[in-house]
Amino acid sequence: MILAPNVLALLVASGATALLTALAACHGVGILRHWDLSSGSERQLALERRTYLTSALVGTVLSFELLSLFLFVSSADRIAPLLIGAMCAVGTLQANGYGFATLYLKLALFLLSGLWLVLNHADNLVPDYPLIRPKYLLLLVLAPLSAAEAVLEALFFLRLKPDVITSCCGSLFSSAAGTETDLAALPPRTALIALVAAGAALLLCAFWTARSQRRLAPLLLGAAGTVHFAVALAAIISAVSPYVYELPTHHCPFCLLQREYRYVGYLIYPALLAATVTSVGVGALAVGRAETAAGELPRFRRRLARWTIAAELLFLGIVAACIATSQLTLR
Amino acid sequence: MLRAVERHRHLLDFALASLLRRKGKNAALIGVYTLVVFLLGSTLFFTHGIKREAARLLAEAPEIVVQRTVMGRYEPVPADWTEKVRALRGVSEVQPRLWGYYFDPGLKANYTFLVDRRAEPGKVLLGAALSRARGAYPGDTISFDAFDGTFTSFEVTGVLSEASELLSADLILIAEGDYRRLTGAPAGLVTDLAVRVPNAKEVPAVAEKIAGLFPHARPILRSEILRTYDSLFDWRGGMMLAVLSATLLAFLILAWDKATALSAEERREIGILKAVGWDTGDIMLMKFWEGCSVSLLAFGAGSLLAYWHVFAGNGFVIVAALKGWSTLYPSFRIAPYLGPEQLITLFFLTVVPYTAATIVPAWRAATVDPDQVMR
Repeated sequence: MILAPNVLALLVASGATALLTALAACHGVGILRHWDLSSGSERQLALERRTYLTSALVGTVLSFELLSLFLFVSSADRIAPLLIGAMCAVGTLQANGYGFATLYLKLALFLLSGLWLVLNHADNLVPDYPLIRPKYLLLLVLAPLSAAEAVLEALFFLRLKPDVITSCCGSLFSSAAGTETDLAALPPRTALIALVAAGAALLLCAFWTARSQRRLAPLLLGAAGTVHFAVALAAIISAVSPYVYELPTHHCPFCLLQREYRYVGYLIYPALLAATVTSVGVGALAVGRAETAAGELPRFRRRLARWTIAAELLFLGIVAACIATSQLTLR
Repeated sequence: MLRAVERHRHLLDFALASLLRRKGKNAALIGVYTLVVFLLGSTLFFTHGIKREAARLLAEAPEIVVQRTVMGRYEPVPADWTEKVRALRGVSEVQPRLWGYYFDPGLKANYTFLVDRRAEPGKVLLGAALSRARGAYPGDTISFDAFDGTFTSFEVTGVLSEASELLSADLILIAEGDYRRLTGAPAGLVTDLAVRVPNAKEVPAVAEKIAGLFPHARPILRSEILRTYDSLFDWRGGMMLAVLSATLLAFLILAWDKATALSAEERREIGILKAVGWDTGDIMLMKFWEGCSVSLLAFGAGSLLAYWHVFAGNGFVIVAALKGWSTLYPSFRIAPYLGPEQLITLFFLTVVPYTAATIVPAWRAATVDPDQVMR
């Protein structure tokens, strides 16, 4: 195993996150089983108090998860020189089967806990808690995911073996496996056109949601947000990264986070994540049929849609700037 | 938007005033918190600094060092390997190196002798730490026991600059003939070969060719040395952190206890706030700002102290555990460096567990019934 300080920090954080999520889920089970808004019993009062705890817990989990997502990738990057054949984070994550699984789980947890907070906020705006059931069912999904993430992350780091000097000869012959994989089968032109189309669709839906009261608008926005997220990741790998690195063969989505490329990834990814969480959140609100109540909720929805627009414009703007300033032209 | 900012500002204001009202209790908590951040932070910054230092020094090292093993032990390398290695494609330069250790019973320390062109016959140059320890300065005479029991004296012509002390603390530069006479090293044998390969991508291939040329050669790559140092210092730092985690645990118990055990006065305060119209969410927000202020203060103070301790104070508290040991230890300063990654790591090791430990007590405090406490 690799006992580096940042590895310990990540393990501490994922342990704490799993613990907090499990705690929130325990309270969630009680709420799901006994929630009865019409009752004025002592139990109902206690349950209503617990909702404050669960929202605080999930809020904390979300912020930890965002930080740990970036620390995880940068640690994988830092560990790379310890492993033969690993040039950057991708190599480390591929060193055993748990690396990418952990990363995907972290991403999913971040998006789901962001979604949960959107639902929670909307739920609290309305006096009769219309979303209480979907909200706590989602929490029951979050808890095992978080536990699985903690276990996978621990396994990932425990199974990593640094290749140090051995006494017979250098360790250079122990593994010569290439770490290049085909992350980028998509032709860059298609990927960029798809990205522009998905971005335009997302922006249109967001404008529509911000202006109209129809239920179709937020549903479409949610769908557009989901599609856009997938398209954006594919486009980053197949087209945006080569433009940033000015190398047609370099497709790594993690090197964007490095200093050589002016840490541009720290702008691109948070903007993309924010656009995704807000747009999918609006869609989930519509699916949860929370719009029966008038007043606060449509306002919240419009606000979310405006956040989507801001985040998406930032995302597309940075991507466009990267491509425009690049010395590379991909056809 | 502005209203929300204003609301948080007022809550923060209130939280700070409430912290100040209980100076003693909170000062104790912040003090311990700062100490924990300081200890963990010092370990982290020191480990990272020393790794950077090693990487900086090794940047100048040859890409490949070729040694020879006989019966699994190191043996001197025949000097005629030099030409054969130099003939390999991709190799720009091969330097046979002659060097070895020498134990000085008076000082109870090991010196490193290195044959170097700068030393003329009969004269030596000394490393700074060695020169200090032996009290030998330019113009003085220094003597060593030769392998055959004779006593050999040399004139000291210079002391190596202190800038290179991490590498040259115990170093003696000597002429080749003198060294072979001193140690009895037979002619035609050298200690190892330093091989330069300008293209980094060719290094493994060249090493493989060397191993094919001489089956009992042991080519060591610079990247391997770096990797080994990296994992060594990571390991040391990680062990130290694992030991310090007991401190962290004790601190978490303290924080939990402090947050759980509300004084009667605090309970009454929360009761009154609720009676005048605050709801549970407001009080949780206030508690959140209280926690943030405590964490921010302790984290800031602790990391500043750790920074000063490691880069100005040479890490006097933790140095013995992390640096390693030698009689002629180089005195060196670690170049100050602090990246966002170290700070986030430190944050994860301290603020995250603290937050996790205090979130439930804060909620409990916020859900106190007003009539219960004011009765």
